[in-house]
Amino acid sequence: MEKLMEISHVSYSYHSMQGETPALSNINFTVHKGDFLAIVGPSGCGKSTLLSLLAGLIEPEHGSILLYGQKLFQKTSGTIGYMLQHDHLFEWRTIEKNVLLGLEIQKKLTPVAREKVYDMLKTYGLYKFKNARPSQLSGGMRQRAALIRTLALEPELLLLDEPFSALDYQTRLTVGDDIGSIIKKEQKTAILVTHDLSEAVSLGNRILVLGKRPATIKSVVDISFPENISPLERRNLPEFKDYFNKIWKELNHDE
Amino acid sequence: MSEISLAQQKFLLTQKKHRRTVTISRMCIFLCFLGLWEGAVRLQFIDSFFFSSPSRVVLCAYNMAADHSLFGHIGITLFETITSFALVLIFALIITIILWFNKKISETMEPYLVILNSLPKSALAPLLIVWLGANYKTIIITGMSVAIFGSILSLYTSFQSVDPEKIKLIQTLGGTNYHVLTKVVLPACIPSFFSIMKVNIGLCLVGVIIGEFIASRQGLGYLIIYGSQVFKLDWVIMSIVILCLLAWGLYSLLSRLEKGYQKRMS
Ligand SMILES: Nc1ncnc2c1ncn2[C@@H]1O[C@H](COP(=O)(O)OP(=O)(O)OP(=O)(O)O)[C@@H](O)[C@H]1O
Ligand SMILES: [Mg+2]
Repeated sequence: MEKLMEISHVSYSYHSMQGETPALSNINFTVHKGDFLAIVGPSGCGKSTLLSLLAGLIEPEHGSILLYGQKLFQKTSGTIGYMLQHDHLFEWRTIEKNVLLGLEIQKKLTPVAREKVYDMLKTYGLYKFKNARPSQLSGGMRQRAALIRTLALEPELLLLDEPFSALDYQTRLTVGDDIGSIIKKEQKTAILVTHDLSEAVSLGNRILVLGKRPATIKSVVDISFPENISPLERRNLPEFKDYFNKIWKELNHDE
Repeated sequence: MSEISLAQQKFLLTQKKHRRTVTISRMCIFLCFLGLWEGAVRLQFIDSFFFSSPSRVVLCAYNMAADHSLFGHIGITLFETITSFALVLIFALIITIILWFNKKISETMEPYLVILNSLPKSALAPLLIVWLGANYKTIIITGMSVAIFGSILSLYTSFQSVDPEKIKLIQTLGGTNYHVLTKVVLPACIPSFFSIMKVNIGLCLVGVIIGEFIASRQGLGYLIIYGSQVFKLDWVIMSIVILCLLAWGLYSLLSRLEKGYQKRMS
């Protein structure tokens, strides 16, 4: 498979007058096209920081991040879509205007692009609501709208930072299933940060387990389930529990 | 229409009664006040020379309206207030945007803004008049001086209180600072912009009246100060009443704009 992104020896610290907070230290991994990478780790270990680095919002202090062999810089953000923890749909815009925001900013709002967004809205059951305000939508629908806003820019790599954590458990399962299928259907590469292990196992095909801050990669677990099986169905297979336990052990294993 | 339950009907009825009582009480206070005042003057408990009376105020307004001098005074005060208000809004917005774009400038300017804002602005008026001369431009600037610093500070605070995650969102979509400003910060601050406007229309009026006190041959402020000097208390009281009405009118105009905006957003 083609190498999409290569992260080597990346370290990052936050600086403030109170002192230095090392967040990541010596992170190495590779993302291939079509991967669904899940990252788990204790809270505050530096997961969001890692995604900000991958998105090119901040620069690594040491090491390098290569996208298709090229150094990453902010202008590549067209190829990288970043979905934040909260949907951040703007109340002063309709759903339609919200999902078109990225295209509007990048001046790519062509009739063709707009048509594609409409198609996505239709496919994912939001077209009826295109003139509604975000507050009129349910949590799951808002999350789908946020995903469409990200997908509208046709990124090759999707970064998802705990995109389901604001939802209640029930919705979380279905939206997780939904969004997992959407990403598969649109043939995207994705990196998902979560601290829900079962979410990681049900969606990912590889799992990076991070240690306490400053985060290092503790282990990488490859996940394989039969093809064409939905995230929800994965949860019912016997392998699911084994993977879960394995990652649980890795997470709580202190060296 | 859907059916309204008995309990709901009862609730609505009590609410209606409550509102009616409040309205009637308000009217009563107003009418009693006018009645007592007029009565006290007529019965010569108080001297109409110093205290005027409702009927004399109305008569005075009628006479001045008849020779059109009243509209000139109201017009000039209104013009000065609205102009200084508009200029305050424009300048406050521009300056706040500059401060927001550049942290070095904003941190440098902060103590100056705070001091200028806490200064009693009426103290500046005489100075402005010496420097700029006694004309309507000076009065407009006096009006602005009362409102501008506070407006900048509150606007800047509301710019700062925009959720940093929303700003991050714009960055993830490839937006620059300019996009952060136009797509997030400005729209997010519209509600606070309205409340800042509602506070500052009143302040502009205060500033304009202060300016007119000391540097004008026209306007309601001039009528008040001149009337008090020549013991034409009818003028003074009439002007105060008109000022009340002006302040209320301008405020409710802004309230209505705000309501319109809120309605459009829901
Ligand atoms: N802007 C910042 N300035 C200083 N320190 C920061 C900043 N952002 C994050 N940190 C610190 O860096 C560390 C890693 O933060 P990060 O948000 O990447 O963790 P996380 O794994 O995403 O946490 P969570 O599970 O809570 O989402 C934390 O200890 C945090 O306090
Ligand atoms: Mg985080």
